[in-house]
Order: sequence, then C-alpha cells, then structure tokens
Amino acid sequence: MSEACLFVLGATHHSAPVEVREKLAVESESALRGELASVAGLRELAVLNTCNRVEFYGVAANESAVESVQAVYCARQKFEVGQFESIRIRLTGREAALHLFEVASGLDSQLVGENEIFGQVKDAYAAAQASGSTGAVLNRLFQKAFQAAKHVRTNTGISSGRVSVANVAVDLAANIFGNLADVKVLVLGTGEIGEGTAKAFKSRGAEDLAVSGRRIERASEVAGGLGAGTVRFEEIDSHLASYDVIVCSTAAPTTIVSAAAISAAMRRRPARPLLLIDLALPRDVEAAAADLQNVFLYNLDDLARIAESNRMAREAEIARCRELLSHRATGLWEHVQRHLSSGSNGTSDPHGPGI
Amino acid sequence: MHLDLTDRQWLWCAAGFYAAGFVLGTASTIRGGRVRGLPIYGTILAGYILQFIGLGIRGHATGGCPLGNPFEIFQFTAWSAISLYLVIGVTFRSSVLGYFTSCLGAALTILSLSIPAWDAVRRTHIFGGNPWIELHAALAIFSYGVFGLLALTSTLFLFRHFSLKSKRLGGWFSFLPSILDLDHIEVRLLGAGAALLTLALAFGSVYFTRDTPNVGHFKLAATVAVWAVATVAFGLRISGRLLSKRFAWTCLALFAAALLSLGAVDESRHPVERPPSGRAAP
Repeated sequence: MSEACLFVLGATHHSAPVEVREKLAVESESALRGELASVAGLRELAVLNTCNRVEFYGVAANESAVESVQAVYCARQKFEVGQFESIRIRLTGREAALHLFEVASGLDSQLVGENEIFGQVKDAYAAAQASGSTGAVLNRLFQKAFQAAKHVRTNTGISSGRVSVANVAVDLAANIFGNLADVKVLVLGTGEIGEGTAKAFKSRGAEDLAVSGRRIERASEVAGGLGAGTVRFEEIDSHLASYDVIVCSTAAPTTIVSAAAISAAMRRRPARPLLLIDLALPRDVEAAAADLQNVFLYNLDDLARIAESNRMAREAEIARCRELLSHRATGLWEHVQRHLSSGSNGTSDPHGPGI
Repeated sequence: MHLDLTDRQWLWCAAGFYAAGFVLGTASTIRGGRVRGLPIYGTILAGYILQFIGLGIRGHATGGCPLGNPFEIFQFTAWSAISLYLVIGVTFRSSVLGYFTSCLGAALTILSLSIPAWDAVRRTHIFGGNPWIELHAALAIFSYGVFGLLALTSTLFLFRHFSLKSKRLGGWFSFLPSILDLDHIEVRLLGAGAALLTLALAFGSVYFTRDTPNVGHFKLAATVAVWAVATVAFGLRISGRLLSKRFAWTCLALFAAALLSLGAVDESRHPVERPPSGRAAP
C-alpha cells in the first residue's frame, strides 16, 4: 500500500468465537477513538462495534498507519497481536467497500438478512461523524453502503421471512390479523418458549396479553414480567372465545384444548379468525381443530419448517445480493480511487498527524 | 400540443398502461422481489386518466353516458373498478390488489377493444332523454365495477386462505394482505356495490312504472337477480351466516352473474346505429 487507501480491519463472528469476541468488544469507543486519533497517517476512521463484530473502517496514508491502529487496539484490549492477526479480517480498496456493503445489507450477519445491523452501522457512522473522524471518503462510503443495503433489501428476498420460531408465530398472526395492536393473545403454559413467544408478540405491538398455567403463582410471575393479565387454568375453555391468538406450550401429557371447545368458542365469534400456536410436545391442541372454519392451527414442526424454509430462501438470495453489491462497490471504488489519487483527502504527508 | 386521437385510440393507450402495470408486477414477482406499490399505482393512474379521456370523447359524441353497446359497458365497468381501486389502494396500501386490478383493467379493456363486433353498432336514445335513466344505468354499471373489484379481493382472500391452511407462507404469498383486512374490504365493497345497485334499481323503477311495455323483462329479471344475490349475500355476511371461503366464492359468483347479466341488459335496447367516431374537440 504505497498511497492513501481505504481499509477495514477487525474481527467478526466468522473467525472469532463468542469467548474471543467478548475480549475484543470495545467498552468505550470514544476513549479508543481518542487514542487512535494520534495515529500518524490515519486520515479517517469509523468504529463498528457490535456483539458479532469489531471493525475499523478508515483511510490511511500508508500501511504502517493500519498496523498502528491494530497495535493501539490490541494494546487497549490487552489482546495478543499475534492471536488477533490469526482471526482478523483485513481488506483494502474495493474489497473493503464491498465488505461494508455486505455488512450493512445483513449478508455478513450471523442471521443472514437481519435488519438490526443496518441501524448499528448507521449509529457507528453517526458516532464517527460526531467525533469529526470522517472525511470525504468515509462519508461517501457509508452513504453508498446505506443506499446499497436499502436497494438489496427492497429488491431481493434477503430479509424476507422470519427465521426464529417465535417471530414466525408473530408473522403468522400478522398474516391473519394485519395490525397486531388490537389482537388478544392468551399464552397457555409458563415455560421459556411460551414466554419468548409472548415477548415477541408484545414487541410487535400486541398489548392485550394474558397468561395461564397450572401454577397460578408462576403464571402471575410471567404475566407480571410481560405486563399481562392472568386466566385461571381450569377456566380456559370458557375464555377461548375472547382471544384471537392462543399460544400453547404446557408440559401436559395429553391435549388440553379440544376441537369441541374450539368449535364452541368459534360459534361465539364466527367472523373473527382464531390462530392456535401449539408449541408443546406432546401437543396441547387436538389436531381436528385445524379443520374448523376460520381456525388456523400451527404446531412446533410447522413453525420450524417455515423458519427453516425462510432461512434457506435468504441464503439462496446471497449470490444475487453479492452480485448487486459487487457492481455498486466497483462503481464507488472507481470514484474513491480518483479522489485518493488526486491527494485531495487531507494531508499529503504520509507521516503527518492523524485525524 | 394537440393529440388528434380517436376515442378508441385513447382507450387502447389506457389498456396499454393497465397491461404495463400487470407486466410490471409479474416481472417483480418473477425476479423474486416485492411487488412495488407506487410504480403499479402510477401506471394504473395513467391508464385511468387516458381511459377517462377516451370515454369522455365517446360520451361527448354520443351525448350521454357511453353505455350503448357491450364495448362501452365493459369499458365503463373497468373504469368503475379502477376508480374504486384508486381510493382503496391508497387506504390499504395493497400492491398486490393493484397488481390484480391492473390485470382486471387490462383484461376488460383489451377484450372489449379486440372484439370489433361489440362496437359495430350501438343503441341510440337508450336513456330516452331522461337523465334519471342515465343515472340509473351509470350507477348500475358502476356497481358492477365495484363487484369486479370485490371479485379480485375475494380471489386474494382465497389465495391467502389457501396459504394459511396449507402452511405455505413464503414466496408470492408473503405479499398478500392479511386475511382479516381482505375480509373487511370484501364486506365494504359488497355493501357499497349492493347500495349502488339498490339506488340504480330505485331510479330505474320510476321509469319502469311509467313505461312498463318498453322495459325488457329479461333485463329486469337478470338485474334483479344480481341485486338479490348481492343483498342476500351481504345480509348473510353481516349476520355471520356466510363467512370465510364460502363468502369469497359467493362474491366471485356474484361478479360472474353481473357479467352474464350484461348480455340481457344490452339485448333489451332499441334501436341500433353505428357508433360515432369520436375525436377530441379541437
């Protein structure tokens, strides 16, 4: 690297297991940024620090500036440089640009296509901007990365479909009821999976939740954590008609919700659909309930199958996304290269002061 | 710039835009991407404006609402359905509904333009100079357009129902609106269609009582039958006795019946003449 160049340096979930990432996680980004500011030849810098990656995007006047970034970072984290080099990602030029495009688009995420990373990249850029460590190159790079990520998410299936059972269940409810704000959810069973599903409903806007379990104290405890009400377990059948979604996850050895009880409930609410999510093994809901009009019954296998098929569909889109992003990265890189060659980015002295 | 196009040429252009909306949606689906609402909505809106111009020229030339032959009736029905979609499409932000509406618009307009015999002759003086009869006819055909949109919504409902019952939620099915939203749209469209047709028949009955010999009984029976199906279906749905799939199939049957009744409506008119070659006023 004889002239100023764009680079990315860091470690991600691909090569660093969680116990290593714990050591690499930056506690105080501003303090680190302060230390890196003194690195000679480092012209621009942005730090992306999430639970799955720590990455430094920057523009350096020479290779030794990048080495210095690595040295400062490892020293601060008390991490051996040799070990870091064995797991690190280090890319320059067009490849660095393409990498950010893929990260922002969710292609490089542990859960391919997830949306959270987009916000994290935005936050990282905003923090870098606020600290004044970005310049013409990183500004353009991040703006283009956001555009590319939006394009890919809109025009491909990389983000479509949920890949966890709880979120698939919530999506199902959205397919039936649309807006979940008015949807009433009853959770039968106080186990982890039922609670997790209830939380997923709450996070997507469902406000009217109730919990029922054989042990009313435990049900009250779970309900309290969710801001939900409770229903006595012995009175479930009489309450079925009041709920739109019933999530079952008890450890009962036999079915606890019969098709006859569902049928009776549906007579009281014929026009409004009912979604039964049976996450229990053995199953809590009698299978014949699926044949009733306006009743939609999904068990654990159904949800797992949908989640798996969504995951596969996302992965099938990766190649197409990479092609789209590669094209954009090439276009951006040509522009950045001209900019860097013209020496218009900060000082021309490779050993001059940092950002 | 003045475009010296005939009414049919304007209507061909409109049909082209409706078809373009359909092609746009199909291409998005084949590429695996989302059916995007705004381009389809814009394409349909452009087609709607062109169709409005074409029908306006025809109406100006004939001196009334252009409902004098099967060609004009199909065009007016398509225009009515699109009018409603342009309102509903925004409310429900349903790009899939737009996709199907462009399909319906293209099908009805291209079909009517492709059969010259449908526009070879047209009934004259169909409203007898009576504006109430003209209103009756316009309302009746507008209600048929509403039933057309209702049929589309019902088709989407059946697709969504199938996807939920068969547990296939990916791919194209993921773009469908929720089943409850579709059900609500169906009920509102059926209610609106039934109300419009009731009004149309109310206006028509005034004429019928004054000039019974000139009213075709076949036409009357067919129209009343469509009205009866619509109002009974609406009543049964509101009382919770006709629901879900059966309600959707009934709505499809209603639109089919409405289309079939058009033959009876047109046959009852006299006399005939060649349609005017309408052009935009200079």
